[in-house]
Amino acid sequence: MPDRYLDLVNSPLGSAVASRVGLPRPAVLRRYQAGDPLLPGPLLLGSTSGAAPAELVDLLKSVGADVRDAQTDDDRWGALVLDATEIRTPSDLAGLRTFFAGRLRQLLPSGRVLVLGRAPDGADIATDASRQALDGVVRSIAKELQRGATANLLLVDEPAGTGTSVESALRFFLSGKSAYVDGQPVRLGSGEAPAPADWDHPLAGKTALVTGAARGIGAAIAGVLARDGASVIVADLAQAGEGLAKVANRLGGTTLHLDVASPDAPERLLAHLAAHTEGLDILIHNAGITRDKLLANMKPDQWDSVIAVNLESQLRINDALLGSRQLRDQARVVCLSSTTGLSGNRGQTNYAATKAGVIGLVRSAAAAFASHGDSTINAVAPGFIDTEMTAKMPLATREVARRLSSLQQAGLPVDVAEAVAWLSSPGAGGVNGQVLRVCGQNLVGA
Amino acid sequence: MSTRRAAILGGNRIPFARSNGPYSHASNQDMLTATIDGLVARFGLQGERVGEVAAGAVLKHSRDFNLTRESVLGSRLSPYTPAYDVQQACGTGLETAILVANKIALGQIESAVAGGVDTTSDAPIAVNEGLREVLLDVNRAKTVGGRLKALSRLRPQQIVPSIPANSEPRTGMSMGEHQAITTLEWGISRKDQDELAAASHQHLAAAYDRGFFDDLVTPFLGLTRDQNLRPDSTVEKLATLPPVFGRHLAGDAATMTAGNSTPLTDGASTVLLASDEWAAEHKLPVLAHLVDAETAAVDYVHGDRKADGLLMAPVYALPRLLARNKLSLQDFDLYEIHEAFASTVLCTLAAWEDAAFCRQYLGLDDALGSIDRTKLNVNGSSLAAGHPFAATGGRILASLAKQLHENGGGRGLISICAAGGQGVVAILEV
Repeated sequence: MPDRYLDLVNSPLGSAVASRVGLPRPAVLRRYQAGDPLLPGPLLLGSTSGAAPAELVDLLKSVGADVRDAQTDDDRWGALVLDATEIRTPSDLAGLRTFFAGRLRQLLPSGRVLVLGRAPDGADIATDASRQALDGVVRSIAKELQRGATANLLLVDEPAGTGTSVESALRFFLSGKSAYVDGQPVRLGSGEAPAPADWDHPLAGKTALVTGAARGIGAAIAGVLARDGASVIVADLAQAGEGLAKVANRLGGTTLHLDVASPDAPERLLAHLAAHTEGLDILIHNAGITRDKLLANMKPDQWDSVIAVNLESQLRINDALLGSRQLRDQARVVCLSSTTGLSGNRGQTNYAATKAGVIGLVRSAAAAFASHGDSTINAVAPGFIDTEMTAKMPLATREVARRLSSLQQAGLPVDVAEAVAWLSSPGAGGVNGQVLRVCGQNLVGA
Repeated sequence: MSTRRAAILGGNRIPFARSNGPYSHASNQDMLTATIDGLVARFGLQGERVGEVAAGAVLKHSRDFNLTRESVLGSRLSPYTPAYDVQQACGTGLETAILVANKIALGQIESAVAGGVDTTSDAPIAVNEGLREVLLDVNRAKTVGGRLKALSRLRPQQIVPSIPANSEPRTGMSMGEHQAITTLEWGISRKDQDELAAASHQHLAAAYDRGFFDDLVTPFLGLTRDQNLRPDSTVEKLATLPPVFGRHLAGDAATMTAGNSTPLTDGASTVLLASDEWAAEHKLPVLAHLVDAETAAVDYVHGDRKADGLLMAPVYALPRLLARNKLSLQDFDLYEIHEAFASTVLCTLAAWEDAAFCRQYLGLDDALGSIDRTKLNVNGSSLAAGHPFAATGGRILASLAKQLHENGGGRGLISICAAGGQGVVAILEV
């Protein structure tokens, strides 16, 4: 479903009209293409405590950024990166104003703001309050930015530039892969996060399985995992087999007809993995259904089927995998949640239950996966993504929904897929039990 | 020269559709290509150069002279994969598998796809034979006068096209009419036929319900299950249908109805075969091995009405196959006897149980005996699934191989009758 309004306001005439009458002006987002530079322009690196650490400078250079320091007098920035890990008091927060004021306007279209901070740890109240303040600052910057630029917050445990997952996070958040991730905090913990041999194919040698992969977001996820080097098994209902075969043949994967909600699904999945693979490295719980109805009118099967497919299947398959020999060490599991699980939605009590439930699932299962050879489990919560499902919405509803985010447009399935692929990569091992929203900073919800 | 056993790794077919149904506008090439692509997707064969692809169709357009190769070129297999067409009527699907399995056994190829496809909806219609002769003579004539002379033979009735018929050229009788005679000769009752038909539907439905076909079938053009399947089929319902074949026979001798005969059907099937080594290299489990096969034919034109029935050839093929493999009819864990008609299966079994027949016509000392009917067509067969002629062999082969694998071992027998008084039988072992 093409976004004709976005096309219009990006035409010369449409742009002039929209700016004069104050209409929303969504930008064409910069999305990842192999071979593209990391950023559209130089990266300005600053710190709230004098000079940024040399490790961070080196790391940014090694991932391909053209790094400049705060003395540089340029007026076009691809990214503004601020090390705020040493913030301890509310007065230290002024350093953010000093760094960003004046420069936010110099950010190029689809530019990036990244703040590196630390998570509150309960050691000191004033420090925790000041650290938590970063969250509000970054979310507000994200709302202030225009022309497809985004702002996100990386919470690191180690001094900036040395943590295990910092490199893969920088590559994700600075590049076009994070086009639709905006205003989000991500904590980079200490899990095992080896650098891949080839950053262009970080999933080389990995076996991945994506459920619900016959179309839409699932098919896009399978495509990006394959692009990144994984051998992908695409799974879906037998009835969806025709589309599924096309997806598999497009990306060079294999098909598995599987109803994740059937009682024997875990057993069949394990049998397939045992027969056809050397074990599973990546599992994407994407299969999901909607049976929308006001709770006042909802029938038992509408409730039960959504719970069974969207939540119970994930729990049962995870249990089976953890108890088997089919899940390899440093495995990555990514569960599809939804911003509906964070904000709720009228007529979607059943769906919201499962999508919130998935968040509880990943938070609670993180420890079990960590003890399974440093594996991780995370959730990705898409916002309004253009798919066949949204194409069926009434025009006005869809148009309004598309503009209700800081980026003023719907995301694409590939935007969700890029976030999933990052969380599936070896380098993201420090991210565990978290929820990453891919919603363009949707204005509803948390 | 040493040989090896060819392994069956799996299969893929599209759901079978009733004639002039969902696949009305799909050509043989469309269906075969989609079926190969489904196999490619299931086993990750994108860009793979398979040793050989052999397939065929019974009803074939003249433009489809290279049907299988064209389908391969349209598929995601490597374009460097050679292919050829085979045609042995309803035996086509199994015969293709036997051919490539033999090549694998001889070490000539490491992997192969065998298959078959048929459409009775998108059937070839040829120009009237009289018109065709005139047009060819016009083309051959060297002078304007000669051409005009040839054209002068054009007649209005030549506009009527030549439509393929489901009948034997040498007798002018349809397969059903032939089988009606055989059924009568062997004294097969209406009730027994209806029971076999009901069981076929119930078995096929149960197999779908337990997910047996999840890795054997890929939906096509919106159809997700065999269209002919009636899960609620019962002997009582089938008993209400009027006979459609043998209606000229006296009294209540006409027993063959639309319910206990296969309908005209569209569909395609493929089977992946390989050496054990190739299978291991590709991390693909072996379901079963195609051990041996035999074909036979009967003289249905001049032979005995009972012994040489049009679809009785498998009866003759089997004892030769058993003797060569030092097996008895009872040495099998599963039997797949193609249900061209319910009575075909029952005539076949009756012949093997008939000591006098076995002595006189099969040269045996005694009857081959009866089989445990609970081992027969356990996942349904053609009466329920339908019978796109050349696609039936692949359907049976892949299903039987999978069932043997699920059973954890064993031996299976396949018996398929074919037009022209032919029959193909084969043995599978895990």
